[in-house]
Formats: sequence, C-alpha cells, structure tokens
Amino acid sequence: MKSAVVLLPGLNRDRDMIAALTTITGQKPHTVWQTETEIPDVDLIVIPGGFSYGDYLRCGAIGARMPVMQAVAEKARQGVMVMGVCNGFQILLEAGLLPGALMRNATLKFVCREVKLEITNANTAFTRGYQAGQIIRCPVAHHDGNYFADDETLKRLESEGQIVFRYAEGTNPNGSVNDIAGIVSSTGNVLGMMPHPENLIEAAHGGTDGRALFAGALGLAA
Amino acid sequence: MAIRARVTVTLKNGVLDPQGKAIEGALSTLGFAGVGQVRQGKVFDIELEGTDKAKAETDLTAMCEKLLANTVIEDYAVEIAG
Repeated sequence: MKSAVVLLPGLNRDRDMIAALTTITGQKPHTVWQTETEIPDVDLIVIPGGFSYGDYLRCGAIGARMPVMQAVAEKARQGVMVMGVCNGFQILLEAGLLPGALMRNATLKFVCREVKLEITNANTAFTRGYQAGQIIRCPVAHHDGNYFADDETLKRLESEGQIVFRYAEGTNPNGSVNDIAGIVSSTGNVLGMMPHPENLIEAAHGGTDGRALFAGALGLAA
Repeated sequence: MAIRARVTVTLKNGVLDPQGKAIEGALSTLGFAGVGQVRQGKVFDIELEGTDKAKAETDLTAMCEKLLANTVIEDYAVEIAG
C-alpha cells in the first residue's frame, strides 16, 4: 500500500508520521512539498502535525492556501483517503475539505498529554479496525484544538455519523464542542483529528492503539 | 498614489472567545471597574496600488473571503481611507 506525506515549513510531526507509515505499509511514504501540484498515485495522503507558517494569521490558514492543497483537494474529490492530524486537521478545515474551525484551547494553555478517545463511529474506512464505543489511548499536543461549528453543521455531523472520535468523558482537553476530537467528510474519505495516533504504533511507544487507524485507512489488517 | 485600507476581523457573535475573556479578567484585576464583555479581533492595514476605490473594495472583500477571515467563525469589515 502506498502513502504520501505533505510537507510544509513549520510542520514538525512529519518524521513521526513517516516512521509510522513506513512501519505499517513496509515502505517509505512519498513526500510532497508544498509547492508541488501533483501527488503520486497513493492509497492514503497524510498532512502531519506541527505549526505550519508559525500558525500566523490562524492555525493552518497559510498552509491551506499553498499549491499542494489544491492537489490534495483534487485527490479527495477522486475518493483517495486523506487524513490530517493536529495542524493537518487545522489545514483541512481552513482548506474547506472538512466543516468547522479549530480555535484556541478554552483554557488558553498548550496541552501535551495522553487522553482517552471514544470511537463514536466504527463504520468508516478509518475506524473499521475498532469497535463502536471502544475507548483508546492517544496523546494530544496542541494549543488550538477547540473544535467549533455552527449548530446546523453540528446537527448534520451528529446525524450523519461524521463524528468519529470524541474525548471520552472527563478528558476533553480543549473545550471542543460536543467533545469532538475527530470528524470525517460527508464522503467519508477525509479525516481530521487533533490527537496523534502516529505516536502509538509500536510497543516501544507504550501502546499500539493508533495502529488500527492507519491499517483501516489503508485497508490492511491491523 | 496608493489606496490605504483597514480590514477589521472580529469573532462572530456566539463564538466563544477565551482570549477576550482572559483580557476581560485582567482588566478587572487592574482595577478597571465596569468593564463588560471584551472580544478580541484583528486589524490589517493594507496599501493598494492605484486610485480605483470601487475596485479596491471588491479586491479587499475577496481577500477577506479567501484568506484574512475564516467566515466559519469570523466577520470582517473593510474601510477605505478617504
């Protein structure tokens, strides 16, 4: 299975993401620089975390407007699996590939710790390796993870099963509305999430809870 | 000749503004009595070539829609200096 990782200046989780994808697919992902307008034929495109363009203007705002994102949008339209983690999620929202926005954490503090995630919908390509209602461990590290969407959008996300991860009761680290930690597009092939599943892949990480997510997205057995 | 414009971007009503809240708290800590709600926003001072104000207004609106504001959570206002 082939994958690609989008690179923008200021991202810093690209190495972790490349390592995770290499472990899971058995081959190194392609890397695609922000000015590139073509993405190779792959099964999964990932926008990793970090602080693209220093979070200037709004987190993800500048990165979302780089040429590579038009290529990502085109691939998403064609049905290719696209996943944005942390800053990658912020970029997907700013690019209009997912609905809503991520704002400064309600506590105003940067949070860097492990949270518990509830799998809200296990019927997506990304979450098929989990059970609905299952609680998994996952680290978070962000300053702007406070998910917001207007009431109408929230209703749609809830009723269409587009909320795939919620912070399990009592662990919401950022004030996200409805404890939302990750959502998919209405087409189901674009996922955005604040937590970092790429950091729970190998036993040496202290757990492998993130593995099924990548395996699911790539259609592999976990 | 250049046109000078000021774009103001503010959070929409109903969107939680934790930074505004923190500033509100700091103002009362400093002893400013009677401070109501504080909302934080952004100001962009932009210079544009030419003298066509109508075109400038159209361009600035497009800039707001495409980049300067995130219309999911923010409103914007364009002001062109006289």
